[in-house]
Amino acid sequence: MEQSTAGYLDMELLRFTTAGSVDDGKSTLIGRLLYDSKAIFQDQMDAMEKATKRMGGEGEVNLALLTDGLRSEREQGITIDVAYRYFATPKRKFIIADTPGHIQYTRNMVTGASTANLAIILVDARHGLVEQTSRHSFIASLLGIKHVVFCINKMDLVDYSQERYEEIKSSLEDFASKLEISDIRYIPISALLGDNVVDRSTKMPWFEGSTLLYALETVHIGSDENHIDGRFPVQQVIRPQTTEFHDYRGYAGRVAGGIWKKGDDVTILPSGFTSKVAKIDSYDGEVPEAFAPMSCTILLEDDVDVSRGDMIVRSNNQPEVTQDHDLMICWMSQRPIQLNGKYALKHTSRDARCIVKDIRYKIDINSLHKLEDDKVINMNDIARIQIRTTVPLFTDRYQRNRHTGSLIVIDEATNETVGAGMIL
Amino acid sequence: MKYNLTHLKELESEAIFIIREVAAQFENPALLFSGGKDSILCYHLAKKAFWPGKIPFPLVHVDTGHNFPETIAFRDSLVAKDGVELIVGSVQKSIDEGKVVEETGFNASRNGLQTVTLLDTIETNKFDACMGGARRDEEKARAKERFFSHRDEFGQWDPKNQRPELWNIFNGMKNMGENFRVFPISNWTEMDVWQYILYENIDLPSIYFSHERDIFVRDGVIYSDGEFMNKRPEEKVEKRVVRFRTIGDMSCTGAVESPADDLEKIIEEVAATRTTERGTRADDKRSEAAMEDRKKQGYF
Repeated sequence: MEQSTAGYLDMELLRFTTAGSVDDGKSTLIGRLLYDSKAIFQDQMDAMEKATKRMGGEGEVNLALLTDGLRSEREQGITIDVAYRYFATPKRKFIIADTPGHIQYTRNMVTGASTANLAIILVDARHGLVEQTSRHSFIASLLGIKHVVFCINKMDLVDYSQERYEEIKSSLEDFASKLEISDIRYIPISALLGDNVVDRSTKMPWFEGSTLLYALETVHIGSDENHIDGRFPVQQVIRPQTTEFHDYRGYAGRVAGGIWKKGDDVTILPSGFTSKVAKIDSYDGEVPEAFAPMSCTILLEDDVDVSRGDMIVRSNNQPEVTQDHDLMICWMSQRPIQLNGKYALKHTSRDARCIVKDIRYKIDINSLHKLEDDKVINMNDIARIQIRTTVPLFTDRYQRNRHTGSLIVIDEATNETVGAGMIL
Repeated sequence: MKYNLTHLKELESEAIFIIREVAAQFENPALLFSGGKDSILCYHLAKKAFWPGKIPFPLVHVDTGHNFPETIAFRDSLVAKDGVELIVGSVQKSIDEGKVVEETGFNASRNGLQTVTLLDTIETNKFDACMGGARRDEEKARAKERFFSHRDEFGQWDPKNQRPELWNIFNGMKNMGENFRVFPISNWTEMDVWQYILYENIDLPSIYFSHERDIFVRDGVIYSDGEFMNKRPEEKVEKRVVRFRTIGDMSCTGAVESPADDLEKIIEEVAATRTTERGTRADDKRSEAAMEDRKKQGYF
């Protein structure tokens, strides 16, 4: 299944999300990837066989059962919540965020997409581009996913027709030109029978592209993180106050952008104090260069006042420092957004409160039209809003930096996360 | 120079980030420590997160009283060596106080009783976040678990109403009496854990490695013999060369026959094996949704 230690230590991690409408065969595709890459264990297989039989199924084991983890999901044959799955090939390690295709769809897909490098969007070869396809593509684009693979599934049900595939591909290309996704691929597959998933299909010799697994193994993700703008949100101050480390004062955090080295000129936000990086430290010793998403500890040359919620940035390249924010928000609560309502908010390691100053428009996520007259923002709606925060936040545009461009909005009465915001 | 992390370094970075968030967002967190490899890994990552400072929270062991002696010896030596605080919640004490009733019969296990003792320990010590070494690849209900898992005042998990978890922003806000379970190694697989333990040269209890042991077989599962193991008359104790893939309490953890006596051999074995590690756990075999049901009640 997986290989030797030497190779193992060299592997990259690819996080991807899968989207498709009900019955597009999404769970079957994931089951197929896991099964054909031998990531399904015998006891899981036995349990699935038992469950298939109990639910009156016959013939081949229902691979979809593998991802439907909760009792009510198995009983109803649907997926309720984002489920995470893992598999590896000798080249890469994969984390799949499997999101359901129906209820609370947007909320779940946004959640799954927020950490993904790549999105697989399933299209039924019989139906082609449908409303849900455009919705999935829009969310992938909005969430800043850089790589999208459209899998034209159920090719077995259209006689593996090249003509049908080309027709769907061309309509997808037209549509995708309106989105901000740089790397888009198209692969004709049959998840049920395994064509072009892990193994190349013998039924579609006309298709010259790669299989889905090969695409997942080779897509270039090295430049998905921002390595330009130096951003270091401080999580914790480490002060051991022991005899050995008497004067040690380190700022622990996870790099959110840029490449950091000893000697870098830095500015602390919000205070504006300046200093230089004295050392980048870790349990395993000094770190020569730190970059996202590395967790480390930065020591400064001067004794300045820095605490959690502050951000260390490169002096010659600073983020926006402001209390007024223009953002796209995905709403996740049963209670609609309250205009002039107050909410708690989290942005990097910083806590604040905010007030909703304006609701500009809602987006019809099927047609991508701006609905300027509809300002009731319900659960699963995506809208452009303006907020003002109690303290300044240190931000970049979301499309430039996911870590410093994202925030969550929290209902202060229930403490629930009610909104996912992306800074424009 | 390539500016991307290997997958193990990325997982390490993610776990350290989460452990630091817990220390920052909660007033009184704790690390649940069973003496199994996953909790040992979490402890190791916590050391890294705060180095050269000390870990700012105690370890909590929910002691069923049916532990492998090797696990307890390992726990005590680690605590003594590193000078960390250890709090033990005792299932025996919960039984003695009449808070729980011990299961009877040959398959009796104290696994389910742990939940009561755990919730009791959380309440007594007023912990507002308990970190644990659960992983999403272990079991299907765990695949849907969040990093920050909100529990109501009864310690219950509501799988249909979990908070969405976006990017790397974790919402630990809560009302009085509620608390969180936090799982820093959610995204690690069994193979990741073993490879990392080898790479970092982390000490483990001896029962993970092949050794000769007094065992008996029940329903195809190899159990260790011990003073509190109820055997049926026909169940004979014999010596076999075995090791354990997971460490729960003795009454519900099965051994595998194996000659793997070092980490490299264990990794080869894990790579070749065709059952999940929880396949040796009797507590999961009670029903298809056994884990989900226990988690809803407050199980870890």
